[in-house]
Amino acid sequence: MPIIQAGKLSRSFKVPVRKDGVGGSLRHFFDRQYKHTDAVKDVSFDIESGERVGFLGQNGAGKTTTLKMLSGLLLPTGGEAVVCGFTPFDKKPAFLAQIALVMGNKQQLLWDLPAKDTFQLNAAIYGIDDVEMRRRVDELSGMLEVSALLDQPVRKLSLGERMKCELLASLLHRPKVLFLDEPTLGLDVNAQVAVREFLKRYNEATGATILLTSHYMADITALCSRVLVIHEGQLVFDGDLSDLTARFQPKKEIQIKLDRPVTDVDVALVVAGQGVHHTKTEGRVAHFVVEPAVLRETLTRILARLDPKDLSVQDPPIEELIGRAIRGDHGAERAAKNPRSSSSEPA
Amino acid sequence: MSLFLLRVRGLFRSNYAFMTEYRAELILWALSNSLSFILMGVWFQATERASFALTSIEVVRYFLAVFVVRQLTIVYVIWAFEEQVVQGKLAPILLQPIDPVWRHVMSHIAERIARLPFSIFLVALFFAIYPAAWFVPAPSTLAWFFFFGGAAFCLRFAIQYTIAMGCFWTERASSIEMVTFLAYLFFGGAIAPLDFFPPQFREIILYSPFPYLIWFPAKVLMGTVSTAELAQAAAIMSGWFVAVVVANRLLWRAGLRRFSAMGA
Repeated sequence: MPIIQAGKLSRSFKVPVRKDGVGGSLRHFFDRQYKHTDAVKDVSFDIESGERVGFLGQNGAGKTTTLKMLSGLLLPTGGEAVVCGFTPFDKKPAFLAQIALVMGNKQQLLWDLPAKDTFQLNAAIYGIDDVEMRRRVDELSGMLEVSALLDQPVRKLSLGERMKCELLASLLHRPKVLFLDEPTLGLDVNAQVAVREFLKRYNEATGATILLTSHYMADITALCSRVLVIHEGQLVFDGDLSDLTARFQPKKEIQIKLDRPVTDVDVALVVAGQGVHHTKTEGRVAHFVVEPAVLRETLTRILARLDPKDLSVQDPPIEELIGRAIRGDHGAERAAKNPRSSSSEPA
Repeated sequence: MSLFLLRVRGLFRSNYAFMTEYRAELILWALSNSLSFILMGVWFQATERASFALTSIEVVRYFLAVFVVRQLTIVYVIWAFEEQVVQGKLAPILLQPIDPVWRHVMSHIAERIARLPFSIFLVALFFAIYPAAWFVPAPSTLAWFFFFGGAAFCLRFAIQYTIAMGCFWTERASSIEMVTFLAYLFFGGAIAPLDFFPPQFREIILYSPFPYLIWFPAKVLMGTVSTAELAQAAAIMSGWFVAVVVANRLLWRAGLRRFSAMGA
């Protein structure tokens, strides 16, 4: 049985609207106007125990709202969610003891006190005795490399150090399901890598299920084999990361560098065959997009006719694929209607 | 150790650590309750010049008792809760398997204990400056005072936390508290002892919760209430407490359904 089930999950908000200027403020004072926004519309998916799933979408797409409904913070206005066998919004203690929600832009650490005070508090709340708490803090702080920081007031820690301590505080009760909302937000590259590696090791060591939203595609590609893409509150893709690549960008990018400026003749030589498109030229470097079927012969032609100084073949940036999924290119609508079943079909 | 004791210890430890982190702030909070001493001076002068229900020395003792009661029963939960709601701090707290109210309760208890030495110092200083006001309550009087002082804190906390539920609807529920605070000060006896009020008016407001938040515990400390009055006060306070707690739980459930976890 899936550990997370979302069935036609929906949430709408009533948002106050105010016009500009003094007149608008006065009118707003006497006559409040509201508009209804559908933040999440009929989102359905299942997640099995131990999976690491990436949740992608633009700002305001509905990712965080979905996480809030799954963790029990928000009451869905439609559909239902079941997590660990519980309806999240009921907030049964047995449910809350099995989950954690970590938000990159919010913290639960006690700002004015050392991080260890928050750990002691959380341990008490979750009924973890002192000996066990120290054992878990030692273990997790070792993995996160923050052992030397636990006696310093939280306000004195860097953003990356705080996030590591935040993770430690959230994992002290060993949740079975971990909801992560932008956990690497604002962190430098080294801290991002450390958090990613920790989450991967934690998942492998404990079998915890991870549902992660992030704007950093490196988080998703490093951690998640499965992705959910949401756009304007609707799920537009649910499948393996490799399927996303296959569906929305079966083409490869070729970049060549010559020892002289690239000419139109050079470009014409490369695009001579079917399925090759020139995208741009920058001095000695030219970029092409190639259908996989003609990749080998195109490379052979380039090597034989142009003698490039450098040549690389790449998948397009994952951000571009997400953009295509969001725009509905290559059968995204079909994916939305039957996300899980159609996700493995090639476009 | 049972889960209950583990939680009480954990919540107290972290809140006490927080309260003692800012020592100067704690002292300033205690000093900010010096309204009682200002009004003591005003009413002392008045009772020296005219006949009132209390003598001038009783007025001094009354306002000193008011100071002590307010040191014990100050409640700030509405501002703490409003900050949690508005700044999105409530969300992570809601996801822990303990009702958020217990964090606030322990915060108040920790604050009270952290403030206690300074409050005692202020009272001792007062007696040193004005020894004529010196009085020693009987042990039974002290026991009743701590009982009604504790009850006053519980009732004041319950009322303010219930008003704080308005944050789910208005997000600025502290403005409602500012209105009720006037009633708390005036009908609670912080501005003037209720003994100075017209008897018929006093009879009516004695059915409201306000007199039991300041005036009544102060009178208990002065040792000027009868057993019948103690019983009546206990009954009225219990009634209000139950009613307010029921309203609080209903509003809490309704509020959570509206909660949009904004900023979180």
